Amino acid sequence: MKEKICVIIGASHAGVNLAFSLRKEGWEGNIQLFDSDPVLPYHRPPLSKAYLTSDDPIESNALKAIESYKKENIDLHLGIKVTSINRDKKSITLSNDDEFLYDKLVIATGASPIIPPIPGIDTAKNLFALRTAEDVLNIKKAILNTSSKRAVVIGAGYIGLETAASLKKLGASVIILEREERILQRVTSPVMSDFFQDIHAKNDVDIFTSKNVIEIETNDKINTIKCSDGTSYTADLIIVGVGVRVNKQLAESIGIEIKNGITVSETTATNIEDIYAIGDCSFHFNPRYNRFIRLESVQNAVDQAKVCAAAISGKSPIYDSIPWFWSDQYDIKLQMVGLSEGYDDIIVRHEEGEGIKFSVWYFKGNELLAVDAVNNAKAYVIGTKFIKKSTIIDKTKLKDPKEALKPVNLLIK
Amino acid sequence: MAKITFITTNNEEITLEATTGSVMELAVQNNIKGIDGDCGGVCSCATCHVHVKEEDFEKVGAPSEIEADMLELEDEVSDYSRLCCQIKVSDAIDGVTLKVVEE
Ligand SMILES: Cc1cc2nc3c(=O)[nH]c(=O)nc-3n(C[C@H](O)[C@H](O)[C@H](O)COP(=O)(O)OP(=O)(O)OC[C@H]3O[C@@H](n4cnc5c(N)ncnc54)[C@H](O)[C@@H]3O)c2cc1C
Repeated sequence: MKEKICVIIGASHAGVNLAFSLRKEGWEGNIQLFDSDPVLPYHRPPLSKAYLTSDDPIESNALKAIESYKKENIDLHLGIKVTSINRDKKSITLSNDDEFLYDKLVIATGASPIIPPIPGIDTAKNLFALRTAEDVLNIKKAILNTSSKRAVVIGAGYIGLETAASLKKLGASVIILEREERILQRVTSPVMSDFFQDIHAKNDVDIFTSKNVIEIETNDKINTIKCSDGTSYTADLIIVGVGVRVNKQLAESIGIEIKNGITVSETTATNIEDIYAIGDCSFHFNPRYNRFIRLESVQNAVDQAKVCAAAISGKSPIYDSIPWFWSDQYDIKLQMVGLSEGYDDIIVRHEEGEGIKFSVWYFKGNELLAVDAVNNAKAYVIGTKFIKKSTIIDKTKLKDPKEALKPVNLLIK
Repeated sequence: MAKITFITTNNEEITLEATTGSVMELAVQNNIKGIDGDCGGVCSCATCHVHVKEEDFEKVGAPSEIEADMLELEDEVSDYSRLCCQIKVSDAIDGVTLKVVEE
């Protein structure tokens, strides 16, 4: 029998993990993995965190060593874009016009930063998004090449905030402009927004909210960022962190259902046979939440890769993971588990005596939905366990910092 | 320089040499099965769990508070558990043996 071929479009957290998971599942076919990025696939989370402030080469951040691909017989094609899919012929075409046939096709094309259509944005000097290794190199270069090092970050999501903290560490003066009334509005509760606003203020990073950028004017390498309320800010360097857009064009062009991403079932299958989608680009059904969700996280990419590998290998896996995520800013380590959407009760628990160490517990009635843990891995792992087991916990005890943070102490007796 | 021996879940013994970086990075670079390091080495995911051989534990040292907390509720946790992204490669750990723990 002819060897089966699995083609994977996108070699990042989702695509790379899929390739290796296929081998772990014992899949013996041919694996062709493509990415337009020429750099050996790397971890993205450090790009805005430790990697931005270190001098380490990008290789130290690689997801896998180049030898590992060879060892597992995974054909990695870098610096090549997939330009089209032919669903009748079951083939893909590349930017160099080569064609590859597939038996199974996995779309792991992720997402790309949104560059909003602000007048002057195209001609701004040293304006970058932060998604790729190349972006980081360009940002580092720009920082080195300006003496006044005035940075403005547009958008106060996690990436914007982390980048601000890292730029500060690199010696820049940093201002963050956010359009919404509070930072992290789209992704977390007011308690956490206030906390991070405060942490940045303490670290001398100014955050201004309700700032709608309407124009960027650039003279003599210096940018002036103008807001709708008449204020303006000067920047040698601008980072745009206003969110991402799913890379859905390939899927869309062959009639795959698209909603808030590429629609897939709990097994990561699209509506077209033998085509799957995983990672940031997927709008996936999670039976635990009984709804479709789109997530931008390593956990989601890795777990979906495992499910997809099992599905391609003929098993019937189900993606019902509990999402988790982290963020590092200054000496703050945030770990999150669950989805807080729909909460109607919140408990903030500060641990006694220690520096900044607290956790925010989100409930709907008695049901624990999510935990945000700040410098508090214990709260994070206990929260994970409780959410996984749908444990009902004693809120009064949870509120009481005298009750040590231990699972047994929080159970309803 | 340190020589570090990994025992994988299917009892394969692999000895590697390194001078810098973390033990997790060394394992990932050499495709040691069961060491994933999904979070890139910031003690956030617990996918690089190892049991240090009892007699080597002193050399490797005890986990930090956050690491111990991450490990506490892992199914396979033992007195010799470490997340190997938090173990720095150095002469001090030359010759140690680590057993890979897979979920
Ligand atoms: C700066 C930053 C910090 C982050 N921090 C965290 C964090 O702390 N924790 C966390 O959990 N997550 C974090 N994330 C999110 C996480 O990195 C993403 O969720 C993850 O990268 C998603 O992986 P993916 O493979 O689905 O998509 P992507 O990483 O977006 O990869 C998609 C790949 O597909 C390629 N591609 C697209 N179209 C084509 C085509 N037509 N042909 C060839 N190749 C193509 C792209 O080049 C890209 O490499 C962060 C992301 C960034 C950018």
